[in-house]
Amino acid sequence: MAETHTPRSPFGSIMTRVDLTRLPFVRSMLVARGPQLAVQLAAVAGLLLVIAAGLLGTPVGSRNPATVLVWIAWWAALMIVAVPFFGRLWCGVCPLPLPGEWLQRGALLRPRGRGRGLGLPWPRRLRGLWVQNAAFVIVALFSLPVLTQPRLTALLLAGLVLVAIAISLVFERRSFCRYLCPVGGFIGLYAQAAPLEVRVRDPRVCADHTTKTCYTGSADGYGCPWLVFPATLTSNVSCGVCLECLRTCPLDNVAIRLRPMGADLRRSTPIRIDEAFKSLVLIGSALVYAFVLLGPSSALRAAAAAVGSQSWLAYAAGFLLVTVVLVPGLFLVATRLGPSVGSSHLSAKEGLQRFAPALVPLGLAAWAAFSLGFVLTNASYILPALSDPIGLGWDLLGTTSMPWAPVGGPLVSWALSAIVLVGLAWSSRQVRAVAEDLAGGVRMALPVWGFSFLVTAGLLWVFVA
Amino acid sequence: MTRFHRLLPYVALATLAVAGVSLVGLPSEEARSEGVARSVRVEASTFAFTPATIEVDPGDRVTIELASADVVHGLHIEGYDVNLTADPGQPTSATFTADRPGTYRIRCSVPCGPLHPFMSGRLRVGPPSTFWRAIALAFIAVAVGGTALWRKPTRPGARLGPS
Repeated sequence: MAETHTPRSPFGSIMTRVDLTRLPFVRSMLVARGPQLAVQLAAVAGLLLVIAAGLLGTPVGSRNPATVLVWIAWWAALMIVAVPFFGRLWCGVCPLPLPGEWLQRGALLRPRGRGRGLGLPWPRRLRGLWVQNAAFVIVALFSLPVLTQPRLTALLLAGLVLVAIAISLVFERRSFCRYLCPVGGFIGLYAQAAPLEVRVRDPRVCADHTTKTCYTGSADGYGCPWLVFPATLTSNVSCGVCLECLRTCPLDNVAIRLRPMGADLRRSTPIRIDEAFKSLVLIGSALVYAFVLLGPSSALRAAAAAVGSQSWLAYAAGFLLVTVVLVPGLFLVATRLGPSVGSSHLSAKEGLQRFAPALVPLGLAAWAAFSLGFVLTNASYILPALSDPIGLGWDLLGTTSMPWAPVGGPLVSWALSAIVLVGLAWSSRQVRAVAEDLAGGVRMALPVWGFSFLVTAGLLWVFVA
Repeated sequence: MTRFHRLLPYVALATLAVAGVSLVGLPSEEARSEGVARSVRVEASTFAFTPATIEVDPGDRVTIELASADVVHGLHIEGYDVNLTADPGQPTSATFTADRPGTYRIRCSVPCGPLHPFMSGRLRVGPPSTFWRAIALAFIAVAVGGTALWRKPTRPGARLGPS
């Protein structure tokens, strides 16, 4: 196995990469289309089951696979395991864009001719994460009814598939995933913390490669569906781990590597402002969700669920105020305070761009903790729902009558708190590292750290108090 | 400095955090005081328990009567072996000894509608400890986050200036 690149992490350890694609078995499994297609087909079958169960099955959320499999099993697996440890790997098998992609390509496997669809470029004005940010916030406003009502879950998923098909037939490649998918931006942001990356081994080889088959495609595979030239990849944000570049590179210059967690977070260039905003919106959303769903107020939950009512309008206004105004505003103030006490001078925009990546560990920890609490309490609904998927009184697995049994009891709150504290510690290191990069030292880092502390305190209050 | 020495502060912090969280969060020793008999009627309807918080003293012999006003509801107290199910108009009750001080979450244990997974309340055994818990957690958070912030990260190469 080859080891490349040895910068230091903010924790001081050597950031060694381990090239998994140097292992012949791993490489052959990744390059072959069969294994990936098998997982994709299983995911599509699961999606169809969920949509059918949601539309035809029992309206009781905790008995229907649509809500139970999607919002308890899948969401928890995504936030606790897949994203923190495998980054965007889920995007490589996600069933939502697959029907559209298959139609667009006119093939399930390797390229066969020109394919269908207009192949128009995504409008320049709509590039970046702003549309995705808006899509996330809109879905988030309706999240409580969606995650508790099977029919709404099914309609949301079916709607996303239909939008993905329409986008695939009009625009090029995976424009839906790159610019629209409300979950995609979420996964991309936190995939930066993952210990897995797709990168080129030597950018000079790519520069000398005239045909750039990783982007244009070849008989062996498609040009990057995510509209990324792999040689320019510096983070996991926009790489969908679809493995096409591994197949199309004739020079064996693409690698999938293990790396230290969080290797993307300390970049030499500022991130885009839409990326920074995404980070803040997700922190704000985690706070609101934790307070509304796990907090003491049943009236607040009722308001969040009563879409269209006056109380829901008030909830929606509060949600937007916290996620879009208050949290980003507080963070902006913190980044402005930092330079004034440090020795460096940053514009407001650059302060956001430099420091926002440091919030990724805390945001990821917040979402992982929130999801863990939810799955531990509700995991015992999974087997009964699978045993009687459409509520017809079946007992396919012999588990239909399995009683509800929460896992962990009073210890869960403390486990969630410990996860958030780990996130705070990790973010604190990142904040200090950014301040050091800007020659600001600990005084520059302190206000942003204070912001992280406030977020942590809010989450701990919900989990414990 | 070896990797072991670099990691040592974090190992110490993690130990402190786990120990602190355990000390603050775990239910304390069994109540020694002689309690009294208490009876509490809990109404369950539209995804809420009323009262939302049940307060008793350590050692109390507590009888909870669960009454449902709309559909079938359950009542489960985490940390105590208490499970009740009530049909509308047919209250049920259970008695237990509140022998472990602390705050315990109460959940509905019967799927009762869309917001069922979030239908919850609290059982508080003993005086409220929220203030001290908050102080302890804030201390732990400051210790963990502050230490991580304070230690200067190492990185070879030139510093980056604002662009």
